[in-house]
Amino acid sequence: MSTDPKFQAALALHRFGLGPKAGLIDAIASDPRGALLAELEKPGIGLVFDANLMSASKSSMTAFMYRQEQMAMRIAKQNEKNEMANAAAAEAPGNVMAKADAKVAAKPDQKPNDAKPSDPKATDPKEPKMADAKPDALADKQADDKADPKKPKPPNVQQRIFRNEARAHFIAANTAEIGFVERLVWFWSNHFCVSADVVPYMAGGYEREAIRPHVLGRFADMLVAAEGHPAMLIYLDNFRSVGPKSVAGLIGKVGLNENFAREILELHTLGVRTGYTQADIIAFAKVLTGWTILPAATNPDHGSEFVFNPRLHEPGPQTIMGKVYAEVGVNQGRAVFADLARHPATATHVATKLARHFVADDPPPALVKTLEQRFRDSDGDLKEIAKALVAAPETWDTPMTKLKRPNEWLTAMRRAIPDAPGDVVQGLQARARLGEPLWRPPQPEGFSDVQGPWADGLAQRLDIAEIVASRVEATVDPKDLLETTLGPLASADTRRAVARADSRQQAIAIALMAPEFHRR
Amino acid sequence: MTFTLHAPSRRELLTASGVLFAWPFMPRVARAEGRDPRLMVVVLRGALDGLALAAPVGDPDWVKLRGDKALTLEGKTPGLPLDGFFALNPAMPNLHRLYKANQAMIVHATCTPYRDRSHFDGQDVLESGFAKPGNAASGWLNRAFAAIEPDARIDRRGALGVGPVVPLVVRGPAPVVSWTPQRIAPAGEDTLMRLIDLYQHSDPALARVLQGRLNLMHVAAAGNIDALTPAQREQLAGIEAVRAYFAEVASTAAKLMARQDGPRIGAVAVNGWDTHIDEGAVGGRLGNLLGALDGAIAAFETGMGPVWKDSVVVLVTEFGRTAHINGDNGTDHGSGTVALLVGGALKGGRVIADWPGLKETDLFEKRDLKATTDLRAMLKGVLKDHLRIDDKVLADAIFPDSRAVTPLSGLLG
Repeated sequence: MSTDPKFQAALALHRFGLGPKAGLIDAIASDPRGALLAELEKPGIGLVFDANLMSASKSSMTAFMYRQEQMAMRIAKQNEKNEMANAAAAEAPGNVMAKADAKVAAKPDQKPNDAKPSDPKATDPKEPKMADAKPDALADKQADDKADPKKPKPPNVQQRIFRNEARAHFIAANTAEIGFVERLVWFWSNHFCVSADVVPYMAGGYEREAIRPHVLGRFADMLVAAEGHPAMLIYLDNFRSVGPKSVAGLIGKVGLNENFAREILELHTLGVRTGYTQADIIAFAKVLTGWTILPAATNPDHGSEFVFNPRLHEPGPQTIMGKVYAEVGVNQGRAVFADLARHPATATHVATKLARHFVADDPPPALVKTLEQRFRDSDGDLKEIAKALVAAPETWDTPMTKLKRPNEWLTAMRRAIPDAPGDVVQGLQARARLGEPLWRPPQPEGFSDVQGPWADGLAQRLDIAEIVASRVEATVDPKDLLETTLGPLASADTRRAVARADSRQQAIAIALMAPEFHRR
Repeated sequence: MTFTLHAPSRRELLTASGVLFAWPFMPRVARAEGRDPRLMVVVLRGALDGLALAAPVGDPDWVKLRGDKALTLEGKTPGLPLDGFFALNPAMPNLHRLYKANQAMIVHATCTPYRDRSHFDGQDVLESGFAKPGNAASGWLNRAFAAIEPDARIDRRGALGVGPVVPLVVRGPAPVVSWTPQRIAPAGEDTLMRLIDLYQHSDPALARVLQGRLNLMHVAAAGNIDALTPAQREQLAGIEAVRAYFAEVASTAAKLMARQDGPRIGAVAVNGWDTHIDEGAVGGRLGNLLGALDGAIAAFETGMGPVWKDSVVVLVTEFGRTAHINGDNGTDHGSGTVALLVGGALKGGRVIADWPGLKETDLFEKRDLKATTDLRAMLKGVLKDHLRIDDKVLADAIFPDSRAVTPLSGLLG
């Protein structure tokens, strides 16, 4: 790997950041490491301030109230129809069929889906629906025309909640100077993932409340914030887990849910096959009973917020991996989390994932060791671990073999071409099309962090690159673009291919599809 | 990000609102003559091989030059005879039909004044109308539009630009109304091949993925589309998608321009003519593209309907290609090429060429077909006779510094 400072600056922006902006490679070339470390020290870094955003619980409640109103309106409409049908039937005596029909129709189909207390899957926000797509920028102006009956419907309350959150997430990425801390936010948000398929109105708030405040704090704090967040308790079904010997369990409510405990051990802390047993999982699941949320319907001010409900909690001490937890109530769970955060297996698990995410699918063992050591020595201080990552020589020596995930590639494109037209809905569509829909991982493991699942989407990236290129060909010079995005990373072959393209549009598409621009 | 995949089409938006159609104009002079002319400009980006479109079969050096890649009047796929000296690529039966009906003509061995073989600069010169690159603020068609004195009673709203980015030729101070086709211009096989070539050197793993896409396109091209899954079909961007895109663009633009209250001037750019490798003039890649273009020409004719008699469609490219075939069975950037004129308003059925010959000494820098007709002469001729723009405006405002270039006369009937 080159030791040329410009090369290292470009490497830093791709490997640790969200991609170069115009002039940024030169701007940090004097001290790429220093620039990364400086971002960690910026006041308020990692946080999002946006007056449009509500807490996850408030968002969920707002969506819930909206659905109740809609449901009431639907029922009222249905009743009106039925009355008319009944009246018609009454006017035609003997027409039994009509009456019967009316009765069938009168059966309300509005049975509330109570599978999830406030964020039912059944009312998915339909965010990426193509029909919601805005027309292109030029047509947009026309869409404002009052005479245009095809004017798209304004987004409803639920859609606005999701889009506002998505917008804030995109803006944070686009405006970050380097984006190292945003990348850490993305990493941890994926590590402790929830899915907007289950908690559509909480997913954005979850990231702001559970991940961002701790992204440079202590792992132990992020762990408790994530596992105790309403979004997680709904996503992994703990909100209705009942201890068999709890008050609720003894009066007949059943259902200890093991899933949450298993995923915490396997995915969030120790890692798979690190020595815990099925008995440990069951004991941990019992510890976690009572970690739930306040029902939306009966708590106008605090619905959907976290609550520890002792009526659901399994009483008595529990033994997990040989240690007896005799604490009472919510403190029992907190004690287990504190131990899990300090467990050596957790350090190994987290260090491996971080090294894999930032440096290589098969990370250098020495780097994993360094991060693991730092994790233990600092008692899981995530800022110290980030610094260790920047300081490690392997971080700078390892060839750029990581394939950027779709979100990273799209964001890098946006940062390099900030004037490209496009709105939040289109941003969401692009992510969905490339297989990484925002806050919608396919399973609790989160999105994959190795090349395999993503390489196949390269052809779809070409489609998007071509569309972007067609939109900006009038204003973007392909050679300038290449200097902005890659600078010293651009190979002679890539430069030649861009220079020889048959149109500006093709040249821009090739620059955006350059192999060096996919790798980091 | 920056795009819409299945957005409501511009057409839907346009047709939804009558208000938007209050933009027409008519050149006062033409109107006084009882004509209501339409002018459409198609920019073929990438440098079209003019010798592959209209082959000089009467030139004794032609077959020597291109060997078995030379289009002739004999063989398995013979060219379509034009005037005894030239033959048309057999992928273009519609152009041939219009030519026979005196509604199409070909200007051969033509080029803009630009000779340096960079696509971007060449396109700037072609579309800006300036003699040199570096002027990309406005296009000659836009300035021509501005120069026409519109009928004062009708509000003048603009010329039509097709595509998500309006082509430079029609951009500028005069207002432009744009329409974006519902289809996305398909990711060209050409771009894909260039990327595979690039990846093969540096990133074989990614090259394999794109090769897979290319193979898929070939399966579909071979007619085995039923063998593909719906998902595979969806990601195809083969020649069928190109055909469909060209046809939609031409047909919709023509229909808009044919309306009584529609725009009278329009422009569209289509990419993909840069055939460095495996050109395939007959039955190959370029043949397919020419076929798609031929379909677009037919779609213009059909879409214009009754106003076809008042229409001229101009098809131009930034420059031509090398006379010789290169080592990759393709051609490289060159100079002289063809320009096409089609439309009911033309006095067609002719190939206009001051033929330079194909001997090595005849070629420009011993490699390109020499350009003997300044493309601006043809364009000025069209603007003068079709839109009645006078010589002085043409020489100063529309094609600056072109006084020495005399407009070709007699192009229109």
